[in-house]
Amino acid sequence: MAMLMAMLMASVSNWSARHGHALVSTIGHLARHGLATLLTVSVMGLALALPLALDVLVRNVRNATGDFSGSVGLSVYFKPEVPEAKARQLTRIAAERTGVASATLITASEALAEFRAQSGFGAALDSLPDNPLPNVLTLRPTPDAASPSQLDALRSYLLAWPEVDSVQLDRDWVLRLGAILELLRRVTLIAAVLLAAGVIAVIGNTIRLEILNRREEIEVTKLVGGTNGFVRRPFLYAGVCYGGLAGLVGWGVVAIAQASLAPVTLRLAAAYGSAFRLAGPTLPDLGSLLVGGMLLGWLGAWIAASRQLSAIEPRSV
Amino acid sequence: MIRFERVSKRYPNGREALTDLSFEVGAGEMVFLTGRSGAGKSSVLKLIALLERPTRGQVTVNGDNTSRLPLRRVPQFRRGLGVVFQDHRLLMDRPVFDNVALPLIVADSAFRDIEKRVRAALDQVGLLGKERVAPLELSVGEQQRVCIARAIVSKPPLLLADEPTGNLDATLAAEVMGLFRRFSAVGVTVVVATHDLPLVRATGLREIELDDGRLGAPADDIGGHVDGHVDGHVDG
Repeated sequence: MAMLMAMLMASVSNWSARHGHALVSTIGHLARHGLATLLTVSVMGLALALPLALDVLVRNVRNATGDFSGSVGLSVYFKPEVPEAKARQLTRIAAERTGVASATLITASEALAEFRAQSGFGAALDSLPDNPLPNVLTLRPTPDAASPSQLDALRSYLLAWPEVDSVQLDRDWVLRLGAILELLRRVTLIAAVLLAAGVIAVIGNTIRLEILNRREEIEVTKLVGGTNGFVRRPFLYAGVCYGGLAGLVGWGVVAIAQASLAPVTLRLAAAYGSAFRLAGPTLPDLGSLLVGGMLLGWLGAWIAASRQLSAIEPRSV
Repeated sequence: MIRFERVSKRYPNGREALTDLSFEVGAGEMVFLTGRSGAGKSSVLKLIALLERPTRGQVTVNGDNTSRLPLRRVPQFRRGLGVVFQDHRLLMDRPVFDNVALPLIVADSAFRDIEKRVRAALDQVGLLGKERVAPLELSVGEQQRVCIARAIVSKPPLLLADEPTGNLDATLAAEVMGLFRRFSAVGVTVVVATHDLPLVRATGLREIELDDGRLGAPADDIGGHVDGHVDGHVDG
């Protein structure tokens, strides 16, 4: 048992030692070829930055419209016979419902006064026997309750009240916005897939050239008994390093872009009376870009290395 | 240790490099492969190191029939032999230590062993203390000795050398041969391909002479043959 443990420990330490060796020699190699590494990483970093930028844009649009969702609302028309006191009572009930940000009652007399002031039909209105306008309740949903289906549900709930004549819903606007956001989201997805393929191609090509450059070393390594796996390992590490660095660069590019746009956006939003702030890429974004970049790097390197390395066999003793 | 049984080797371009070749090398023996350029010395070494497999016949090295060895076992097989190249094939961007350690790293040796064994190998070729030096800073003779250290560092039972003295002057060549004889004395089988016949004769060891892919007559039976070998030699 003790011997088994010792053997296990030894194999674990050999495992970490040889991977450590491959990693250290790979990093050394990348550092020695600084400019080439920088160029490759930049190209890949920009490729990763684009989908992230689109994604951040979609999130910001969603935030901004969430802010504007104050203007998405329902107008509840009470039946003409419902007295103002009853309308006020119902307004309070509606205001307490979850998902309702605000409930404002525009009484029939207020509406008439406003209409008289704005329309210029004052004299004509005076000739009417009584006020033709109903009491109207305007509801604004909270941003998290502003989806088309949630608004639909709220509308059905209000229509069920016996005092309510009709409910008008600003749904088209919400639907259009939802469709635009969905479209943007898919564009982001397609861009991400295409650019990921691009990243794989760039890494694959870089690793392919690298393998050609180190052909002599590979032959010697195979001649002294190096397995394909051993020879491939540093190239896989190189791919992972390229990918990780590219993820870092991609995130940094988007973060810098956000930082330079944020003050301008803030001024623009202030001019519209909005408290909207441009959000930047988050730490989880950094994490997923790093992991994604590393995976893509590994994949690209693996494809290139598998195709190339088995073709390189020592030719002469 | 090495047995060739009626081995023929034909390359894809149609050239028959070896024809019906049979010979044996015993464990711990040191032999020379001689013959003019193109006689098949390189092919024999390639067949032993499993860079090629025979077209016909059978090559047995260290108990393994090379024709039957599956690809995935080739690396393991090659760890059982050390190779010394004429052009030494050192990795010029790595210090001497890394070059010599390569066979050990490839074989997953424990790190604390590697340093000890690399130093022992360098000591044997008289280069102890040069671990951190870049190969380019060494003389040709020293580079060749680094290559030898790399070949012996994992203590393989079989050592192959292709024209190991090709680029060395007579003194250095004799020194290298002395090294090989020392390895042979401790039980390593050594096969040296060379056209340096005076050096071969000086050792008095067995010579396998190849002539156009077949076993030739022992060179010392033919007068004047020796000069013809040396003069007409253009090694590629």
